[in-house]
Amino acid sequence: MRAICLYLHIHQPWRYRRYSIFDVAHNHNYWYEKDYYDKQNNERIFRKVAEKSYHPMLDLIERNIKRYPGFKVSLSITGTWLEQAAEWDNSLIEQIRRLVYTGQVEIVGETYYHSLAFFYDENEFQEQVKMHSDKIFELFSVRPRVFRNTEFAYNDEVGRWADKLGYKAVLAEGWDKVLGWRSPNHVYKVAGAERTRLLLKNYRLSDDIAFRFSDRNWKEWPLTAPKFQDWVNMDALRGNLINLFMDFETFGENIWADTGIFEFMEQLIAGWLKEFDNKFVTVSEAADIEQPVDTVSMPETVTWADTERDLSAWLGNDIQHEAEKVLYDMKSDILRSGDPDLVSDWRRMTTSDHPYYMCTKYWSDGDVHAYFSPFDSPYDAFMYYMNVIRDFEWRIQNLNIQRMKLLGEA
Amino acid sequence: MMKILMLGWELPPHNSGGLGVACLNLSRALAKDGAEIDFVVPYEADHQEISFMNVLSAMKLDPLFRYGVGAYDSKYVDEALIPDAPQEKMISIRDVQHNYCKFVEEYLMEYKPDVVHAHDWLTFEAGVLAKRNFGIPLVAHVHATEYDRSGMRGGNPVVHAIEREGLMLADKIIAVSQATKDIIHEKYDIPEDKIDVVYNSLDEDFLKSAYKYDSDDYKYLEAMKGLGYTIVSTVGRFTVQKGLSNLMRAAARAISKERKLIFVFAGDGEQKQELLDLSAKFGISKNVVFTGFVRGKQLRDVYAVSDIFVMSSVSEPFGLTALEAAHHGDVLILTKQSGVAEVIKSAMEYDFWDEEKLADEIVAISKSKALRNTLKKGISTEYCKISWQDVAKKIEKVYNEVDKHKELC
Repeated sequence: MRAICLYLHIHQPWRYRRYSIFDVAHNHNYWYEKDYYDKQNNERIFRKVAEKSYHPMLDLIERNIKRYPGFKVSLSITGTWLEQAAEWDNSLIEQIRRLVYTGQVEIVGETYYHSLAFFYDENEFQEQVKMHSDKIFELFSVRPRVFRNTEFAYNDEVGRWADKLGYKAVLAEGWDKVLGWRSPNHVYKVAGAERTRLLLKNYRLSDDIAFRFSDRNWKEWPLTAPKFQDWVNMDALRGNLINLFMDFETFGENIWADTGIFEFMEQLIAGWLKEFDNKFVTVSEAADIEQPVDTVSMPETVTWADTERDLSAWLGNDIQHEAEKVLYDMKSDILRSGDPDLVSDWRRMTTSDHPYYMCTKYWSDGDVHAYFSPFDSPYDAFMYYMNVIRDFEWRIQNLNIQRMKLLGEA
Repeated sequence: MMKILMLGWELPPHNSGGLGVACLNLSRALAKDGAEIDFVVPYEADHQEISFMNVLSAMKLDPLFRYGVGAYDSKYVDEALIPDAPQEKMISIRDVQHNYCKFVEEYLMEYKPDVVHAHDWLTFEAGVLAKRNFGIPLVAHVHATEYDRSGMRGGNPVVHAIEREGLMLADKIIAVSQATKDIIHEKYDIPEDKIDVVYNSLDEDFLKSAYKYDSDDYKYLEAMKGLGYTIVSTVGRFTVQKGLSNLMRAAARAISKERKLIFVFAGDGEQKQELLDLSAKFGISKNVVFTGFVRGKQLRDVYAVSDIFVMSSVSEPFGLTALEAAHHGDVLILTKQSGVAEVIKSAMEYDFWDEEKLADEIVAISKSKALRNTLKKGISTEYCKISWQDVAKKIEKVYNEVDKHKELC
């Protein structure tokens, strides 16, 4: 028996607009850029991606679920995406609900805000994971049993935390430097934990689709479904579980429809299920597919980003560290304020996309396409971010002053 | 080995701006690659330190008067008077240019260079003469156009006409930035494939020369820094091109959010009074320092004492001062309209009219050590990436192209 575990990640951040120092204390609108065509306009971006990717890919999934009882998909959906979908295109949520109700789609757990809280504040991290679980239950009547951390940022501590909370499995990168001769096509044990399993991304086959599919300079271009299936068959010789983990937006947004990516998927699903003893599994099913063959330990944090597979795209320079530090430093003041809008605004700033926009790793090399950002430069991203932080400080102070006044009157 | 007739207007130390610096470094790099250069200047002065090329003076004229009256003030062309005009009656820059042409004509009767390389409108007439009357391939090097000098407000029609003729007749044009190339293409209707962009580099003499910052020179500013003030500086001629009134308004806005800022305006020019009046009107006179015209060590002291350097130009073909400031550890804020912003990524940028964003950037840098460090770290590897030898390679490619034109003729 051979199994493909297809897992897709759906996320949109709340991009803050170009929030000026002259807005601070006057105007608390960070998320809604008035100019529809501006690069920071969240509604425009959401609608664009919905049209190019969310709708056609969800339709494709739904079609194939109806056609093949053996087709399964796992999705992780951030809270910030769900908020935006509720605001601008609720039919997406309804469609995902239909999919979940078929039993062929599983939802994966994560932080509600797609944050790096694990590395800054354990309580906040727990809270955001719980918020996400509650939101998923509210919308889809299920609770996630498998966990992934933001950007696949995994280390043994993440694994042990998940074990403590009773998760069946955690998703992580199947990085050669960690695996050595071992294959990502097996189920592994988390170091220092008995129950929770590790599912590791088969990054070569995943990236053949997610990155190389549309690359005309690639020697394998054009990639056809039968060719890819041959590769999967070859790869399955070193383990029967093929973990294809990627961003949902791969389909239609990162790789445009005119490359034939949707037809490719359609053919791959049909072709794969046609062969005897082939199947698709969800992440929970994948965890049970075999007894763990070994324990994989990652003392250092490994992510699914860049050739370095580390956090340097998010926490690589001074402004990124500063941005995260000032944010988490003000947490107790924010929570103590008792103002739910302020708490929600603050949590939206924990989204990892924000420090990502401040990445300078390849900035001066002129490789502007290496990092997608709605801002003109990493420095602009930081400047507007800090202005939002200043406004938070002002709001905290202002609430305190009003409270004192009320006390005085009483 | 190529013989080049270089037509210039100034060479250090007799220079009033970046044109002379660029010409000197460029010629030196070309000579190092084996080019034989005769360099014409319109004045008579000793250039003893220059041994790699022949400096020819076109006429007996004190270096001070080569622009007529008022350096770079092209709007006074045809009007200006030179006191005590030497020898023949040279009363304006047009007369200087006339004599310059005559000299070039006489030179070409005797010598046959492979290429004539003319720098800016000042020498374009002489370049055109070489091309038209002697059939020598012409390379027109544009360091600034009249649109730049007039802050994109039109400028002097006489100068425009000379620029247009030079650009039309040149076999190849070198622009110091993409921004300049765009102006040449859009405003002078020159086809894009005739224009090559070749960026400038930092002055080698500047990099090599021994310089030690003496914190005593700007004792007041150092003291204020000790009290937590951030020093923001700008260097240049006080003309509309430099966008300094926008900077002054942004300064007032920034100070309204962050009191501990001092703005140093280094330079001089026609807008001095206007800038003084503005600072008084906004009530920020105490936060604004005017140094007057500075050069040499004094200029470097300004860079050294500053934390932030602003290039506020409405239009800046390149903007070498930004690289000099970076060399002294300043963090840069550049207008998107300046050529240097095309090559430097580790800087904050704004549109020259966007005073709010400029103010925002100044406040952001002054309030965040992390931002300052990140910008500083980025620029430290970026500012000297291009060498003059790289520049020379690109120019030689242009020479070889126009040399082929000659064979076709």
